[in-house]
Amino acid sequence: MLKKLRVVISLLFFIPITLYFLDFRGVLPQQFHWLAKIQLVPALLSLNLIILTIIVGITFLFGRIYCSSVCPLGIFQDIVSWVSKQINKKKKFKFSTAKNILRWSVLGITVITFFLGFSFLTGFFDPYSIYGRMATHLFKPVYMEGNNLLAGIFNAAGFHSLYKVQIYLLSIGTFLITLAMMLIIGYLAWKKGRLYCNTICPVGTTLGFLSKYSLFKIRFDQEQCNSCGLCSMNCKSSCIDAKEKTIDYSRCVNCFNCMEACKRNGLKFATASALQRKNTENQTTTDIDNNKRRFLSTLAVSSLAVAVMPQEGIKINGFHKVKRETPVSPPGSKSAENLMSACTSCHLCVSKCPSQIIRPSLFEYGLGGIMQPMLSFEKGFCNYDCTVCSEICPSGALSALTKEEKHKNQMGQVHFILKNCIVYKDETSCGACSEHCPTQAVNMVPYKNELTIPHTDTGICVGCGACEYACPAFPDKAIYVEGLKVHQQAAIKKEKSNHKIEIEDFGF
Amino acid sequence: MDRREFLKMLALSGAAFTIKQSKAMSLMTQHFSGKEINENYDLVAVLGGTPVEMFRKGIAEFGGMEKFVKKGYKVVVKPNIGWDKTPEYAATTNPELVGEIIRQCFKAGAKEVTVFDHTCDDWRKCYASSGIEAAAKAAGAKVVPADLESYYESISLPRAKNLKSAKVHKVLLESDVWINVPILKNHGGAKMTISMKNLMGIVWDRGFFHSHDLQQCIADICTMSKPAVLNVVDAYRLMKTNGPRGKSEADVVLAKGLFMSQDIVAVDTAATNFFNQVRDMPLESVEHLAKAQELKVGTMNLNQLNIKRIKM
Repeated sequence: MLKKLRVVISLLFFIPITLYFLDFRGVLPQQFHWLAKIQLVPALLSLNLIILTIIVGITFLFGRIYCSSVCPLGIFQDIVSWVSKQINKKKKFKFSTAKNILRWSVLGITVITFFLGFSFLTGFFDPYSIYGRMATHLFKPVYMEGNNLLAGIFNAAGFHSLYKVQIYLLSIGTFLITLAMMLIIGYLAWKKGRLYCNTICPVGTTLGFLSKYSLFKIRFDQEQCNSCGLCSMNCKSSCIDAKEKTIDYSRCVNCFNCMEACKRNGLKFATASALQRKNTENQTTTDIDNNKRRFLSTLAVSSLAVAVMPQEGIKINGFHKVKRETPVSPPGSKSAENLMSACTSCHLCVSKCPSQIIRPSLFEYGLGGIMQPMLSFEKGFCNYDCTVCSEICPSGALSALTKEEKHKNQMGQVHFILKNCIVYKDETSCGACSEHCPTQAVNMVPYKNELTIPHTDTGICVGCGACEYACPAFPDKAIYVEGLKVHQQAAIKKEKSNHKIEIEDFGF
Repeated sequence: MDRREFLKMLALSGAAFTIKQSKAMSLMTQHFSGKEINENYDLVAVLGGTPVEMFRKGIAEFGGMEKFVKKGYKVVVKPNIGWDKTPEYAATTNPELVGEIIRQCFKAGAKEVTVFDHTCDDWRKCYASSGIEAAAKAAGAKVVPADLESYYESISLPRAKNLKSAKVHKVLLESDVWINVPILKNHGGAKMTISMKNLMGIVWDRGFFHSHDLQQCIADICTMSKPAVLNVVDAYRLMKTNGPRGKSEADVVLAKGLFMSQDIVAVDTAATNFFNQVRDMPLESVEHLAKAQELKVGTMNLNQLNIKRIKM
């Protein structure tokens, strides 16, 4: 019963959030981004106290419900594990001891490096963000390809409700990292169930620690249990020791598979007082020594890692089509520093950008900013009226902008290189940059004869990159946007529309 | 046919026989031979109404849409939908006008009407914000995207100077006739964007135009062997400054004009003259006009043409 409830709740979170990542047509309402906002690490980084209180509260009450039913990566692993079980019916899990040094070290390093300003690992290990990247870089292209196939058939039949979309490889590096992570986590899930959650995942380690003290737990009913081991064989966290009749609550994700498997009703989800306890729970109350050891080794490993870790700010220049010194960080990010302090690289913005211009960085932000979102104007530019990325960001790395704020938000500044410009080089008309410019920060002024040439006013530039995208000069563009480390306000004046021009004549 | 009309016809055809074939005349026959159109006017200009009223008046002067669209035709209506802007900003063709043209096409017996534009901003936003998608669908047209190269097919342009070939949207190539419905705007690079410049929305590679003498390429694309059967210039609202995208409503003038002709150079010449009343815009500065005339696409000499001017 409890297991069925768990499965239903999990799917109610998992399916919508997956669809929201895949939905390139913008069919689903923007409120769906709450499914990302309620994830633990984004809530932590945006200091969303309400969400945090709820997650911690639920954990203290019922254990790792978050891991079981809210975290999309957790549910993804359950699905993989379930499929593997369908294929191999005889598949059994068995109890194993906790890899405590490893899990606490990962958590320790992640936390310490984060406070030292190196936020890469936070996003790298955050399960929600891992799943976000999987959805964005692996599932979405497949989904779009499927759409294109269907659209091809539909269009040929004369229906135009579906349309084809361009599929880009947004970043080779991120694609490979994500693919590798999916293969590793998928393999572990196939073989060992929730191993990632209980050995690497910093969220799992944290919530696992809290859930040792939770009120309701799965507990052995000593009188009913005959130590048959069915529970342990069905435990995807490998945390039930049926012989000793103990459960490692730091690893139990409350999937209730054990209770479903037990034929004697020997496991109960109950408070301690509700069940007469005889000899359980030594796991939680004893081993003070163990904790101390764990703490010390964690400290040692993490300090070592921090010492070895390369310093932030090492900048490797590569992969630039346009030689930009500073990357253009998305609207609402305020500054590269602010972005990096909160972004977990979940790539929801990458996925939801209607113009598909937000891409994961490589080393543009420095080593600590790998996979963080930046704007690329190779295939498009930032739509003047669009505020989607800033509105959906779950971690507060991007703060919501209104359309009016966006119109004045300067994330970069235009740079014009006269010697590359077609009007200068060929002495023919062009104006592609200016025609795309929403604020006329690039504006065409009289040049030789009837020609007009771009003239730039960085003060009113918003850095949308339309000019850079449109510039047809080859091989080097004549105009591009240089990012700003700290976003500024564009000095856009309000125009009065009082032109009462009456035209009485044809003029010819 | 009543007696008066018969006599008029007789007189006209007599006159036609006596006139030495001028450049413009040869062009007319070359372009539209086989289509059996013998309208009285070369160009119709309407002032002072709503877009729909003005179009109804104008098309009536040509003898109705039946002159251009025959029963069973597949028609393409090509407005300017280039920008993610609402109609008040005059960056895109008036949606009501587009809707009316589509309705008239169907009334004339069109089997199918399709609308598209190769937009600059995200096409989905452009189609929606401009109101054109909604208006076109309401009128029964199909609205198709133009954002992928696979929708285009290469055609050669033997009469062109720089643009020797271009990839043009297949829907247009497969149509029986197409109607060009631009909006009147100034343009930072090309000076004006009207009917001729609107053809950049039927081609795939716009960058080539800009990098190979924009003015010449605009003239070049107009030499295509399948010109629009009718050009309808929407000047209900015109964009006088900061075109073609525009910054604010301060760029817009409520001009309440409409110009129609089969001659794309003539209609753009007329529209530029009209625009010139709002903001100085000598014909010489709009170089693609003269370049197109040189390529025998049409004429800038409005005096040669039979023009109907209507004030509402």
